Amino acid sequence: MDYSQFLAMKQEIGLLVVFLLIFLYDTFSTPKGSRHVPALSIVLMGILTIAGFCPHASATSEAFSGMYATSPVMGAIKNILNVGVLIIFIQAVKWANSEFVAIRRGEFYELILLTLFGMYLMISSRHFLMFIIGLETASLPLCALVAFDKNRYESHEAAIKYVLTAVFSSAILLMGLSFVYGLCGTLYYDGIASICRSEFGVMMAVALAFVMAGFGFKISLVPFHLWTADVYQGAPTPVTSYLSVISKGSAAFAFLVVLTQVFGSLYADAWEWMLYALIILTITVGNLFAMRQINMKRFLAFSSISQAGYIMLAIMGDNPMGWSALMFYILVYVFSNLAAFGVIGAIENATGRVEMTDYNGLYKTNPRLAFTMMLAMFSLAGIPPFAGFFSKFFVFTSALNGTGSAALYVLVLIALINTIISLYYYLLVVKAMFINDSENPVATFRSACSERVAMWVCVAGIIGLGIVSYVYNYLLNVVY
Amino acid sequence: MDITIPVLILAIPLFMFLLLGLAGVKMSHKLAGILGTLGMGTVLVLSYFTAFTYWFSGSPDFIAGTDRLQFTVFNQTWLQFTPDVFNEAGELVKNGLAIKLGFLLDPISALMLIVIPTISFMVHLYSLGYMKGEKGFQRYYAFLSLFSFSMLGLVVATNIFQMYIFWELVGASSFLLIGFFYTLPSAVAACKKAFIVTRFADLGFLIGILVLSFYTNQLDFLPMTQNPSQVLADFGGATFMGASVLTWALVLIFTGGMGKSAMLPLHIWLPDAMEGPTPVSALIHAATMVVAGVYLVARLFPLYMLEDAALTFITVVGAVTAFYAACVACAQIDIKRILAFSTISQIAFMMVSLGVASKHGEAIHEGLGYMASMFHLFTHAMFKALLFLGAGSLIHAVHSNNYTAMGGLRKYMPITHITFLFGCLAIAGIWPWAGFFSKDEILSACYANSPFWGVWMTVVAGMTAFYMFRMYFLIFWWDEPDYAARVKEQEAHGHHASMPHESPLTMTIPLIFLAIVSFCCGWIPFGKLVTFDGHEYHIHIDWSIATMSLVVAAASIAFAAFLYMKKNDRPARMADSCRWLWTAANRRFYWDEIYLFITRRIIFDGICKPIAWFDRHIIDGTMDGLAYVTNSLSVAIKGLQSGKVQMYIWWYLIGAILLGLITAVCIL
Repeated sequence: MDYSQFLAMKQEIGLLVVFLLIFLYDTFSTPKGSRHVPALSIVLMGILTIAGFCPHASATSEAFSGMYATSPVMGAIKNILNVGVLIIFIQAVKWANSEFVAIRRGEFYELILLTLFGMYLMISSRHFLMFIIGLETASLPLCALVAFDKNRYESHEAAIKYVLTAVFSSAILLMGLSFVYGLCGTLYYDGIASICRSEFGVMMAVALAFVMAGFGFKISLVPFHLWTADVYQGAPTPVTSYLSVISKGSAAFAFLVVLTQVFGSLYADAWEWMLYALIILTITVGNLFAMRQINMKRFLAFSSISQAGYIMLAIMGDNPMGWSALMFYILVYVFSNLAAFGVIGAIENATGRVEMTDYNGLYKTNPRLAFTMMLAMFSLAGIPPFAGFFSKFFVFTSALNGTGSAALYVLVLIALINTIISLYYYLLVVKAMFINDSENPVATFRSACSERVAMWVCVAGIIGLGIVSYVYNYLLNVVY
Repeated sequence: MDITIPVLILAIPLFMFLLLGLAGVKMSHKLAGILGTLGMGTVLVLSYFTAFTYWFSGSPDFIAGTDRLQFTVFNQTWLQFTPDVFNEAGELVKNGLAIKLGFLLDPISALMLIVIPTISFMVHLYSLGYMKGEKGFQRYYAFLSLFSFSMLGLVVATNIFQMYIFWELVGASSFLLIGFFYTLPSAVAACKKAFIVTRFADLGFLIGILVLSFYTNQLDFLPMTQNPSQVLADFGGATFMGASVLTWALVLIFTGGMGKSAMLPLHIWLPDAMEGPTPVSALIHAATMVVAGVYLVARLFPLYMLEDAALTFITVVGAVTAFYAACVACAQIDIKRILAFSTISQIAFMMVSLGVASKHGEAIHEGLGYMASMFHLFTHAMFKALLFLGAGSLIHAVHSNNYTAMGGLRKYMPITHITFLFGCLAIAGIWPWAGFFSKDEILSACYANSPFWGVWMTVVAGMTAFYMFRMYFLIFWWDEPDYAARVKEQEAHGHHASMPHESPLTMTIPLIFLAIVSFCCGWIPFGKLVTFDGHEYHIHIDWSIATMSLVVAAASIAFAAFLYMKKNDRPARMADSCRWLWTAANRRFYWDEIYLFITRRIIFDGICKPIAWFDRHIIDGTMDGLAYVTNSLSVAIKGLQSGKVQMYIWWYLIGAILLGLITAVCIL
């Protein structure tokens, strides 16, 4: 065996090294020394993130008889995920040092890194077995993370719901894959792509549907989304933000790879219309539920469901621009959603309040937090000149750039109408903070240094990505 | 060329705007003013350096053979609309449509790099004295910086869309500055009027841009202007309503210029814009922003040359505007209004000059009209800024805009008097003041195109000399009102008042500087620096035309002196003898009333009210209906999220099966 092929997995190996270092330090350090775990994690993750940007990190290559492959595009999406994880690490410092969490804070960082490793594999796999390994590596530690607040009843409930649904969806996905194997006789992406045809008939249809359902669970597409709200609400806030941004982003990218590169030949015959239906359902249902929420985390859960629908629009066009649009959307979504979660987390840590009515009059007591939240909401709603506008714009453009059929125009129109509905509930938050009066507003407090740093990064991202065109052009160049 | 300095030229004013706008409240007036002025001073030095490098360095970067190059310093893609097209070998076949932001150096942008910072710096300096103690002083300086940034961005634009972006930005900063005294209802009305009228015109501009880019598939100036025949080929002779589409596009683009440069019939905003602080009028509404329309036509001139119809349109609009504005200026009382109409008339001169510069696709006299237009733009910026700043100094002294409150002021304000006289001589075109040279070039260009336009513009030039000196004599000579009595009366009302007196140094220094410039900038060898094709052009004064225009100007001045030098009843008798004409001119030939009639009676009552009804009942109804449906749906499906994980899995399974069904139907 040629061991040099391990070198293709530079990013994975780097991540593993980071994980092991933190794990070893956490295991062998004294209780006092374990205070430094968050800082160590941030530093190591920062190094990994920066290293990911050096051009050799993701040169195109293959390993393990083509079961694993990497390319600059995959490198770019991994970098985006790294940035997101880094921000979450910074945001979580205060929470990780809080009374009940401190004793096991190392586990939080280790489990997150493990799931991230799984996501790397999902992104880079060229074989469905490899993919399943990645998927499970990414899923199982997440269950533990959701149940991280041992003392809270909701956390348990969320974890159980997550485990049950995840197992069920894995079963369905595996069943779909076994059909695929039966039809094509191989599990290699390229092999399936060269064999699979719509002539396979109903079996192919079922296989494809089950595979899509499996992905739908990870990305929380309607009707596979029902776990989302309960889990987001019950999980600790840093885990929720991880679930909503990183987990979703990596799965969306893997979905794009599978649909276009494995089942690409079935685009017009089959999955275009399946995805069509899923997108409309996801965006609309997500919006309809988001309107009624009073808990901020639950509210963001539904908002993230409808955002997932917009991400799927990038796949809809089945063209190269979709790749860059999808990655750009995820990047912007990382900053916007993490800004929102950063504010929620900061307020939760300081006062323990998470209802929307608690945000009444926030502007008067904590103007900076209110301002950050407002930017996040504007970006999520897609108001120019913030980044969210451009990410939506590119996604819509890419959806229409392919065949540009009338049906796609209808789809984009429906998505546009839904942005108006989403504007309503995003502005509800802004209204609560700036206009509504409250007799008992959140008291003025100074958020922790780490939280402020993370929020500054997010705000810079929201504003910067809206103005600096370089990032999108970079992604475009990587794809073409 | 190194890109640091060009970037700084744009970045400094923007930074100053942000700094003064965000942190200005915490600064003292003095600090904010000095910071703003220093910032502009730096820009002044940097842009002088850039322009001088461009013209005088002799570097091969800028000069090919004997021609001046059009040189793109940088051009960053900002928004890619359609991707670039590559062939199999990875070579670029066709550029996609992209909006870029860049910095273009060519003779006219280098010229503007001199004009804008010079005037802007003078106005910054002057405002230190003029705006002293005003509420919102820091805001004023922030807006000035914003304007300078936008205007500089406009002139160095590498593509028409960048120009459009900055075009709107100057419009916005003009809006902010006209409405600076926002507690005055008249200022608020004026700024709204200016914004709405120019925005309306910009609609035409935008449509023109879209048409142009639709056919040519690009927005950059250089590929279009350096290869106009390709543009013609791109349009492929398409016609629309009897005229070629290219003509339509060019006329629509010119519409934007008509709005910004206050050409008839879109001129109505400029006289009202005088509600803004006087230095602002000098900077924006006399020297820089209002010539943006001229600049736009000059920038796209090779395209305009393709279509005689578009050029004729420009000439006619310009000539009519010049004459109209000159007539109105003869019958105004407010000195700033007189200057405003004189500005309209002078910009129309530049427009006409561009319009007559070419015939049948050939530049007449190697593009004499083009050069003359740019020359006049330059000299006019200097002397008109001087006149406005002088007017500001007068208003500062007597606290009134009307010449009826002035008279005999030459004794009280000697510096203002002399500098103002310089301005008047320059605009009247008396040798050797600057206006003589540039106006002479314009008249030569007009005669070269057709004697009709030559005679027409000579008449307007005579009228210019007349109304300027009418104003001059009425302010500085005529009869002296009883200033002492007025002071007493004011003090009796408890106001602070004093006799008219000379303005402080910060105000007189810009006046003196600009007076010197207006006196001698006609001697600049302009033909060597700014020409249509980059070749050197030898200016030779056509003495027959020059003599004629000098005689006309001198006669007009003499006539003005006869009427207005000493107090007499001749002007009143003259006005009485044709009262209707005087009233009509004084009321600006009722353009405002016509607009009000059209907007109120026809557009508001006839169109807007039905639309408003439609909006309130049908559109709002639809929206309310949509909201109602959304809300009911939301209520209806809330049971789906039951919290029971068994149900979740059921739904999951149903979803998977339904998906399978859809696929099966699609595949089979």
